[in-house]
Amino acid sequence: MIRIVLPAHLKNLARVSGEVRLEVTGSVTQRVVLDVLEAQYPMLRGTIRDRQSGNRRAFVRFFACEEDLSNESPDAPLPDRVVKGEEPLLIVGAMAGG
Amino acid sequence: MSGVRVLVGTRKGAFTLTSDGGRSDWKVSGPHFGGWEIYHVNGSPADPDRLYASQCSGWFGQVIQRSDDGGKTWEPAGNEFGYEGEVGDHLWYDGKPRPWEFKRIWHFEPSPDDPDTVYAGAEDAAIFRSTDGAKTWQELPGLRTHESGPRWQPGAGGMCLHTIILDPVNKDRMFVAISAAGAFRTDDAGKSWQPINQGLRSEGIPDPNADVGHCVHRIAMHPSRPEVLFMQKHWDVMRTDNAGESWREISGNLPTDFGFPIAVHAHEPETIYVVPIKSDSEHYVPEGKLRVYRSRTGGDEWEPLTTGLPQADCYHNVLRDAMAVDTLDPCGIYFGTSGGQVYGSADGGDTWAPIVRDLPAVLSVEVQVLP
Repeated sequence: MIRIVLPAHLKNLARVSGEVRLEVTGSVTQRVVLDVLEAQYPMLRGTIRDRQSGNRRAFVRFFACEEDLSNESPDAPLPDRVVKGEEPLLIVGAMAGG
Repeated sequence: MSGVRVLVGTRKGAFTLTSDGGRSDWKVSGPHFGGWEIYHVNGSPADPDRLYASQCSGWFGQVIQRSDDGGKTWEPAGNEFGYEGEVGDHLWYDGKPRPWEFKRIWHFEPSPDDPDTVYAGAEDAAIFRSTDGAKTWQELPGLRTHESGPRWQPGAGGMCLHTIILDPVNKDRMFVAISAAGAFRTDDAGKSWQPINQGLRSEGIPDPNADVGHCVHRIAMHPSRPEVLFMQKHWDVMRTDNAGESWREISGNLPTDFGFPIAVHAHEPETIYVVPIKSDSEHYVPEGKLRVYRSRTGGDEWEPLTTGLPQADCYHNVLRDAMAVDTLDPCGIYFGTSGGQVYGSADGGDTWAPIVRDLPAVLSVEVQVLP
């Protein structure tokens, strides 16, 4: 079971509260987890990754186990503790503004 | 008694303002999608309960929302806006080519006949259409791939397609406007387009007859006279009597002819409204006075409408999509300001009153007449 914490705006959009839990089979990477997340919550398509390029949106960041994974390869395995469900993958709206 | 519903898009959410036909007592509902920029909310003329909203954010991109109950509840709809075929380049601010890149939807224009058919104007400039109630979107690529496309450049607000007008008589004819490319017309339902910018004079463009490169802020039409269009250009208020083949200036005695919105009275096709703004370097009304100007002569002769509007210490702007008219008699006029006020007039502009004063900055205003 993969645990995901969404930013507040995306929780509202997906109409969830608290963490999202996903069943992910096979290798657990950013790309696979986000594919499963978007399949389960289609309204999130385009909000985390650009619809055309598939790239992480500029002001969205990924954190887990006190590490910034935002610029890791989307096909790199996520940390073991995320895979085991001991830690959530945090999807964060970057602190950007003015 | 019929009622009205004003649809307001702001920097931080959507609001609906409802009243009966008297238009004096209002109920404010919202914010819907709080914290998100709502560029536009518009309703289907064929089914007033069908609404479309463009919800976007610098963080999370574009979301499209649809309501089937007049804005009480909303469901996310399709947000995939893919340019057809070769994307191509336009000019960037530095004069260098830059590939088209989808950023947001500025404007919805629902079909007058079918609630599931709606057009959407995009930044970077393109027109999309949905025929399934916004589940899926298809580009009408003949506009973006016009031979002038590589010479289009963004205005300060981005290279946005912000105006879509459907000809109510000739169903194959549409008009669009793009900042800062200009106005375009199709006569074959969007397959091919031609620039309709002859007669526009834009200071700083070396060629006064340039077919593109004009910063058109807004176009308006009265449905009984689809050959006549009124335009608020960056500077200059213009009109055409031949569907855009040629334009002439009608700024007349306006205190300044810079501005954003322009609207036509619902029952008087020669009565038009603008909100003069001091200049393009000071985006607020002149002399601290919020004045709507009305022409009853199709332009050239203008009168200020001030009753009920602040006439001192007001420094707001009114954006291009933030003025609308209802079809009741007398005609109602509505506009929203960058300061978060929405003003309404139930007598064609003679007198005004704030409907609501302290919303986030208003981006768009539409109005529906309800049965």
